[in-house]
Amino acid sequence: MSQEIKDTNEAKKKKDELILFLTKTEERESLLSKANRKLLSDPLDDNNPITVQVLGICSALAITVQLKPAIVMSVAVVFVMAMGNVVISLLRNLVPNRIRIIVQLVVVASLVIVVDQVLKAYLYDVSKQLSIFIGLIITNCIIMGRLEAFALGNGPWKSFLDGIGNAAGYGLILIIVAFFRELLGSGKLFGFEVLGHKGLTLEESTGLYALGYENNGFFLLSPMALIVVGVVIWYQRSRNRKLIEEN
Amino acid sequence: MDRNSNSYIFIFSVIMVIVVAVVLSSLATALKPMQSENVRQEKMQNILKTFVGDSLKIDGKSIELTRAVASEKYNDYVLNQYALDYKGANKDGVDAFQVKLAEELKKPLEEQTFPLYEATYEGKSYYVIPLRGAGLWNAIWGYVALEEDLNTIKGVIFDHAGETAGLGAEITTDWFQESFVNEKIYQGQSIVGVEVKKGYQGGNDKGDNAVNAISGATITGDGVTAMMEERLKNYKDFFEQKKQSKVAIR
Repeated sequence: MSQEIKDTNEAKKKKDELILFLTKTEERESLLSKANRKLLSDPLDDNNPITVQVLGICSALAITVQLKPAIVMSVAVVFVMAMGNVVISLLRNLVPNRIRIIVQLVVVASLVIVVDQVLKAYLYDVSKQLSIFIGLIITNCIIMGRLEAFALGNGPWKSFLDGIGNAAGYGLILIIVAFFRELLGSGKLFGFEVLGHKGLTLEESTGLYALGYENNGFFLLSPMALIVVGVVIWYQRSRNRKLIEEN
Repeated sequence: MDRNSNSYIFIFSVIMVIVVAVVLSSLATALKPMQSENVRQEKMQNILKTFVGDSLKIDGKSIELTRAVASEKYNDYVLNQYALDYKGANKDGVDAFQVKLAEELKKPLEEQTFPLYEATYEGKSYYVIPLRGAGLWNAIWGYVALEEDLNTIKGVIFDHAGETAGLGAEITTDWFQESFVNEKIYQGQSIVGVEVKKGYQGGNDKGDNAVNAISGATITGDGVTAMMEERLKNYKDFFEQKKQSKVAIR
């Protein structure tokens, strides 16, 4: 009798090992359960990587002068973060603890190179637009942060959702900041002159510029990105009281 | 096996490195022909774009100058290619299109090759000269098309490897490149190119060898100024010969 129980237990264990890519809890959970949905929605607001965790500020300063590159960067980060999270999650039981950061770097760097090479061959024009940003993805603190904090301890599906969610939360802030910087700094959105055309003289100008409006050149410089991020954080906390720390 | 033992870490690293190396290098090798083809087509597109603009007019119809169209029609318009030495004499047996300016720039002036493309479009001749220089972060390059007088700029194309988006990278935008149209490269008897000037007050003056700079892109703008002058002045001997021969024909 006891032998039998031992056998079934062993069989069960084997089965668990067979389902290498799924954790036991994941088996029972539906793919988009409430907890999984939270993985997607949390980083957009309550746990936003930029405004709450204050990660990835560097790229939020560097590439938010215009909307278009900000959006392209966001899409690229979504891809790299989701894939990186999945790969690290699959490897999480194999990676030696002492060199895990190196392994994470190698995975992220490889993915970035794959993206870069494929874009250069098949989407040359997009690749030209991205140029330096592709390389910058490697240094994005959010990616390393999520690999370390989430993917190393969770299954691939959850990690995938977590990657998408965090990259989207990052992209959201990037796009908001870029919107204000492009609008106020150069009077354009997606390169279109939405505030009218600024001619060399007042007579040649149209729209707001004809009334004597001037672009604020300060918005083109990085410090203004920090201030815009600060205003976003302020607004977010005034609306979402949970985020206010108690002293 | 203990995941924290030195031997495990060693084996893991070796396997990881080999896997990554094999995957990335085979991917790069597999995609290389397509990438080089893209680069070749883009070069043709850039050369044509300097004097054609965004769309090609063939038999009264206007076709967008895509990379594919450009590589197909390149030989119809670019009739002569020169690989010049610093004295303006043509070097035999050198394919101007294959000359890589990045490598030429490292050589002493006497050994450099200066490519020049002579093209005809809608009954007019243009001379296209490739440029290359340094921006803020990395290389910048471009092409400038001169009209028959070898002085007036028909059009320019600029590109860059890593200038800041929204600042230095603005040199690739139409409004910046259009400001060079009709500017002159000669000042008196010497070639000075076109200066990218901060606080430019000249308006639409095309005779002052200067255009308005981009806010927040001073170093990249200076790079464009330097690149224009440095590269173009080496063609002076060739230009003079050309002008002489034209006078002689008349």
